[in-house]
Amino acid sequence: MLSRVADSLFWISRYLERAENISRIVDVNLQLMLDFQTLDDESLKAHWEPILQSTAGEDLFHKLYKKCNSKTVTEFLTFQQKNPNSIVRCLYDARENARMVRDQISTDMWEEVNKTYLFMRSKEAKKLWSNEPYDFYRRIRMNSLVIQGIIDATVQQDEGREFLQVGKYLERADKTTRILDVKYHILLPSVDDVGGAIDKVQWGAILRSASAYDAYKKIYVSDVVPWKVAELLILSEECPRSIRYCMKMLDLSLRNISGTGKASFSNSAEKLTGRLLSELNYSSIEDIFKEGLHEYLDQLQDKFNKIGKEIFKTYIFTPMPSLDEEIDVQFQQQQQQQ
Amino acid sequence: MFTSKDEGGIRPHYKKLLERFKDLTKEDYEQKQQAIDLAFLRLGVTFTVYGDDEGTERIFPFDLIPRIIPANEWDLLEKGLEQRILALNMFLQDIYHEQRIIKDGVIPASYILSAKHFRREFMNVDVPRDIYIHICGTDLIRDDKGDYYVLEDNARCPSGVSYVMENREAMKRAFPNFFEAAGIRPIDSYANNLLETLQHIAPRKCKGDPTVVVLTPGVYNSAYFEHCFLARAMGVEIVEGHDLLVRDSKVYMRTTRGLKKVDVIYRRLDDDFMDPCVFRRDSVLGVPGIINAYRMGHVSLANSIGTGVADDKVVYYFVPKMIKFYLDQEPILPNVPTYLASEKEDYKYIMDNLPRLVVKAANESGGYGVMIGPQSSRSKIKEFRHMIEKDPRNFIAQPTLSLSRHPSYCGGKMEGRHIDLRPFILCGKDVSIIPGGLTRVALKKGSLVVNSSQGGGSKDTWVLRENQ
Repeated sequence: MLSRVADSLFWISRYLERAENISRIVDVNLQLMLDFQTLDDESLKAHWEPILQSTAGEDLFHKLYKKCNSKTVTEFLTFQQKNPNSIVRCLYDARENARMVRDQISTDMWEEVNKTYLFMRSKEAKKLWSNEPYDFYRRIRMNSLVIQGIIDATVQQDEGREFLQVGKYLERADKTTRILDVKYHILLPSVDDVGGAIDKVQWGAILRSASAYDAYKKIYVSDVVPWKVAELLILSEECPRSIRYCMKMLDLSLRNISGTGKASFSNSAEKLTGRLLSELNYSSIEDIFKEGLHEYLDQLQDKFNKIGKEIFKTYIFTPMPSLDEEIDVQFQQQQQQQ
Repeated sequence: MFTSKDEGGIRPHYKKLLERFKDLTKEDYEQKQQAIDLAFLRLGVTFTVYGDDEGTERIFPFDLIPRIIPANEWDLLEKGLEQRILALNMFLQDIYHEQRIIKDGVIPASYILSAKHFRREFMNVDVPRDIYIHICGTDLIRDDKGDYYVLEDNARCPSGVSYVMENREAMKRAFPNFFEAAGIRPIDSYANNLLETLQHIAPRKCKGDPTVVVLTPGVYNSAYFEHCFLARAMGVEIVEGHDLLVRDSKVYMRTTRGLKKVDVIYRRLDDDFMDPCVFRRDSVLGVPGIINAYRMGHVSLANSIGTGVADDKVVYYFVPKMIKFYLDQEPILPNVPTYLASEKEDYKYIMDNLPRLVVKAANESGGYGVMIGPQSSRSKIKEFRHMIEKDPRNFIAQPTLSLSRHPSYCGGKMEGRHIDLRPFILCGKDVSIIPGGLTRVALKKGSLVVNSSQGGGSKDTWVLRENQ
């Protein structure tokens, strides 16, 4: 497979996953606001600011908007063309990448990606967003899930499909750490609130942001308790959005690409994912809390970045001289032949 | 569709269609039209309009009323086009080798040597199987008497064939019941024929199945949709310049498993951009060293380098003479009568009759560099007069033919619009021509310009199995 194609496939699913996650975060938090009775400007800001931080868009946001409230933040994360991490830009980038590799993906997949982007740019989308945001964000998520279903059902099980998986799981793992980390910025609860009603609502929101509320209830059959939420989202073997699950799938896909068996590695990307997966397999939530959840999540994000870089180095990037050097090389070779 | 300009009798092969279309209400048309437009948008059957931040894409306007060509008419066209492509290929082989046609005085040497796309660098290079033009799009028009004329040959990177296929799919969806009874020749063998054509020219040293790729300038090229479409339909990779590199005069593509050798390249990149070592040094679209690899016979290119000389409108003038010279046959399809501004007598005629003629620059495409006398302002005519005086070699002139018009559905009603036809010709082991081709239609009332960049649209082209 062409390296450029592998790169595009990786990014298609990364961007789609990102758009889906942003829509989840925004939606859950919008709804969360409904649980608060009165909110002044300050508390609105305090609520949304961490969410902006988690998408790394804080500075840009403040350049573009005067006020920080539900309307401006959701607009920024949804339709703002200047925000590289807005839903509309993620869908645009996903589509551009899909357009570049149209010959490599199924027609159904391309059509759905294209359709999703076209919807995002339509008047209909804006209207739905302002009247029924719940339906709007649900539609974005559903589109993303439909695309994943289409990939499952129509894209052949080959290297390209694995690159789609790699992008998806790397992005998902990263977003799960960010969703969890939001809790550390969200209204660091005043002592009175710890374990109180508001705290519970917020941890519940985090579960919903990761579509893991139902799973939580099923596994723990208990009230929402912070450490259990963290355990589920980091260490669960089954929950499809947990970091351990994502690493398991990522590791599997990388091994499918290279044909390397379990418990060994043939390149540094595999080495890193394998090692991280083992760590997760043999960690408990107590270990993590001892280290500090925020610090732990920070480290994970670092590791994901490194994995991404190593994948790029291994499969995508072939070192190449500059065009001028290349021209000289060719001239020399041709001289020798004459 | 009609036998004469005043729209009197209906040509017999249109009767069935017209009866069927009579039953459709305005709403039916509009609904079908919308469904097709939407499908094109959803499928991304678009071309890119330049000069916009996001590279705005537009769909190629599609007209519901198909153009119909009966079997006997098509037979003639097919024979004529085959004859033409054979002569053109012999011509290219000749001028890049012995230049017999110049030595025998059929074409003045100066015309060839001054042709913008004549590639001196390619003199005496043998190309696989002596084929230069593997894919050709030849533009045809019909006059009011129903005779076909060749308007020009596109022998570099002709585009449009993907629209032919997509238009057909759209028509099938819009008129499913009508289609099966109409006796229309299918067009879906094109991709297969193209692949066979490309495999046919694989380098001799290549063992086993040759690796074929499509080389595109990239996603922002206006024809990117088509490049992808063809790669997909053939099941081969589409590559950009930086996906390829040359080592030891062999061409490789960069894959996730290292370098993989490439044998045949269907390139949709003009000569100028192919190789910064040979042509434009500033081009970043091409591949350094690729031309040398081609010369050495390690990789094959379709079309070959230097075919653009056949696109030159002055060289076009000589194609009927080529047919006589190389094949010793009479041309089956005539050229549009053409005057060369660089010939003394023609020059005088052109200058005396400028307001009545169509003047074209020899090496422009996409509807640029054209002046249609009767529709042009005085200042535009003056401007062209000046340009011709300055550089007569670069201009030809043709009478304004009364181009045939075809009913088209425009602005809620059926109206006659000017059309042309671009059949796509493949020349490999055999010559094969897609039954029909791209019918372009000037959607602006009265306009003679059908180019998509100038407000043209297209319609499905039906070649019937039988004479009707």
